[in-house]
Amino acid sequence: MSTNILEVQDLTKTFPGVKALDNVNFKVKKGEIHCLCGENGAGKSTLMNVVSGVYPHDSYTGKVIFHGKETRYKTVKDSEKDRLAIIHQELALSPYLPIFENIFLGHIKTKAGIIHWDRLIIDSRPYLKRVGLDEDPETIVSKLGVGKQQLVEIAKALSKNVELLILDEPTSSLNDDESDKLLDLILELKKEGITCIMISHKLNEVLKIADTITILRDGMSIDSYDTTETEVTEDLIIKGMVGRDMTHRFPEKTAVVGETIMEVEDWTVFHPEYHSRKVVDNVSFNLKKGEILAFCGPMGAGRTELMMSLFGKAYGSASTGTLKIRGQEHDFKNPMEAIRNGLGYVSEDRKDLGLILIQDVKTNISNSSLSKLSRFGVVNKDQEIIEAENYRKSLNIKTPGIEQMVRNLSGGNQQKVVLSRCLLADPEIFIVDEPTRGIDVGAKYEIYTILNDLAAQGKSIIMISSELPEAIGMADRIYVMNEGEIRGVLDRDEASQEKIMQIALRSR
Amino acid sequence: MSDTVKKLSFWQLVKGNIRNYSMFLMLAVIVAGFAILTGGVNINSRNVTNIFIQNSYILVLAVGMVLVIIIGNIDLSVGSVAAFTGALGAMIYNTGLGILPTILLTMLIGAAIGCFLGYFVAFIKIPAFIVTLAGMLLFRGLTYIITNVTPVSLRDDSFRNIASGSISFSFLEVGGLHLFPLLLGAAIMVVYIAYAFWDRKNKMKNHFHVLPMQYFILKLILLSLVVLVLCYKFADYRGLPTVVMVLGITVAVFVFVTQNTVFGRYIYAVGGNSRSAKLSGINSEMVTFFVHVNMGMIAGLSGIVFTAYMNSALPQAGNLFELDAIAACFIGGASASGGIGTIMGAITGGLVMGVINNGMSLMNIGADWQYVVKASVLLLAVWYDIYTRKKAGLA
Repeated sequence: MSTNILEVQDLTKTFPGVKALDNVNFKVKKGEIHCLCGENGAGKSTLMNVVSGVYPHDSYTGKVIFHGKETRYKTVKDSEKDRLAIIHQELALSPYLPIFENIFLGHIKTKAGIIHWDRLIIDSRPYLKRVGLDEDPETIVSKLGVGKQQLVEIAKALSKNVELLILDEPTSSLNDDESDKLLDLILELKKEGITCIMISHKLNEVLKIADTITILRDGMSIDSYDTTETEVTEDLIIKGMVGRDMTHRFPEKTAVVGETIMEVEDWTVFHPEYHSRKVVDNVSFNLKKGEILAFCGPMGAGRTELMMSLFGKAYGSASTGTLKIRGQEHDFKNPMEAIRNGLGYVSEDRKDLGLILIQDVKTNISNSSLSKLSRFGVVNKDQEIIEAENYRKSLNIKTPGIEQMVRNLSGGNQQKVVLSRCLLADPEIFIVDEPTRGIDVGAKYEIYTILNDLAAQGKSIIMISSELPEAIGMADRIYVMNEGEIRGVLDRDEASQEKIMQIALRSR
Repeated sequence: MSDTVKKLSFWQLVKGNIRNYSMFLMLAVIVAGFAILTGGVNINSRNVTNIFIQNSYILVLAVGMVLVIIIGNIDLSVGSVAAFTGALGAMIYNTGLGILPTILLTMLIGAAIGCFLGYFVAFIKIPAFIVTLAGMLLFRGLTYIITNVTPVSLRDDSFRNIASGSISFSFLEVGGLHLFPLLLGAAIMVVYIAYAFWDRKNKMKNHFHVLPMQYFILKLILLSLVVLVLCYKFADYRGLPTVVMVLGITVAVFVFVTQNTVFGRYIYAVGGNSRSAKLSGINSEMVTFFVHVNMGMIAGLSGIVFTAYMNSALPQAGNLFELDAIAACFIGGASASGGIGTIMGAITGGLVMGVINNGMSLMNIGADWQYVVKASVLLLAVWYDIYTRKKAGLA
């Protein structure tokens, strides 16, 4: 039991402009359940992707040692050969194929190139039994719930005779009952001698099953606790997760908070594909004039989904609840109506949802406001250039010119283009989703200043942020969400990183 | 940009803009090539007029098709719709209605067909490929049904003037030269040059970036030369072909729509990234719908032109028109993934194919080889487009 099955030494992995992993060291003992904890962006998933070969061998520095040998995986396939399997948070099953075919997908046994389907069905049964999935192997995967799909993933891994199984937030989309079953299964697998690494935001689960807990923070490995030696509490983990200095500074907020401008009551959003699943569950909050609200919580807490759904039903199959702006009830059918009524939304996904990458800076800025910049449907191009130039100067967008295609700009400048587009449409209520994700510190400060200026002008801002210092440094009030619900609200002066994490993560 | 007049070397400018003008260059090279191969026959006045007349219905279609391609869709039904509307147009004309009401009514029917197809594409969200494939079969069938699989002849010959007639006035004829097209071309150029100078002055006043004077003038001279030489060719033969007038108006309207109107800009936004466009407050579905309605209307116009060209409505008319129109758009630099393309590009692409067809016919090369050459040109043009885009880091 005491030999290490996996050892990571001085691992550093950089993405353009970001150091995702910084000299990470950690060891996994054979046969244990090892949990990885850390805030969003702490590098947990990146680390596991390196270990499992999603990022090829020469894309990082440092060593990954598996079974005493340094790994040189080029693809995930290589790691599978070494009997290492990773199950990502987003399941990778083929939805329209039956269970048994999914289990053997990628390593279907054939005889002279011909598949013996009946054999496969028979072969799949013991695996299903091992994971406790009582379903006909011929059932189409998309007909199963997420919990059962998760089991199919594990059965798939088992069929490859895994020795080390990595689970990336396996319970994030499961309900309590399903989660319990899954955790029991992991404990069961441990008895069979399979080593597990689990990434989880749910600390009660971590404490329930972990033999060792490693905490990552800002791409660095902070602490490792052996639960048999030390008594680990949720507070201890949280402290390790957030215990960093305030590395960013925030501009002074001068805005005066006025009367309530927006009220949301009992807002519920249903999943776009699984129509009965609630992604946001009965959420109520309010926003005041000149206020900056932050929404915190782990990934998948439902923050983005809530905001996009408020922004003219841009997310989800359906939503219920009431949205009042200045006391008047609204039911926006599409983002166009939301914009007309003074809402603005800056997406967290700049490239897919925020910008039109193949168009230039000017066009991207004017896209939301063309009707304002036109007469009788004819665009006043000179006015358009003047407005775009204004924003280029006032937001300090670094570009050779407004004719530059936005795909050629850096992340921070792209973000400023999205902000400009939103500003030009002149909304009363700004919803900014992870406004500083993936941009450098200098540009971050500029964006904070822009948001503060807006609040000072009497605009109201809702900021979704996964960076707690940012939320605390900027917001007047912080709503904490998890699992589709608002778990609590904190005022500026009572907020601390520990408190936010406690509200979000602590088991109820 | 405070330095309104930047020092740019000629080659820098050429290099920076070659992508935007490469299709025009390609057309020029092809025209010149065939001029050599045919001993100048392909650029004589009569043949130039013929090239336009023979390709008019494809060029008209390409104008609508390029918009469909910009929003990232495709329309396979236009050939059948052109046949259907062409036949209906002939029947409407035969009831005794005038030419202009016939054209308008037929275009309206085309637009209605576009509504029908566009509804399924935009709101039910069935891929355009499938909807228009169904449309292609449906309207071919309906054309056979309404025509009884026999050509519909027209009540008199005046309808054919739309395609093969020309506009000329006897008092403007001097020594065999029809002055009307020359005068019209000159008038258009004078207005355009005046506008260009006014616009430039305005832009300089606002401290916008403008082309250095010498290149600005060079551009205007080149443009004027092309227009005037073309007009001279028309003048030298029979005057301005009516169909060129129709095509010119269509192109002018749609260049304006795509460049200067909110709707035009929405088309590019939806094509560039429909989800982002939607979050920017653009009603993507409506834009998609109207682009298809417009395509239907244009197909109606093309049907009229083809009926006029054949001087009767044929049940098998419009066969493979859709593919010629699509090829014209891609040769003209439109992107198959949407968001990129221009009206002028599509017209140029259509002319490239037309000139190749015509030139090879003049050389007595059969249709078999014409297909092979056209295929190569299509593949080469798109390959070059993707290659240059990759090089510019835009892939």
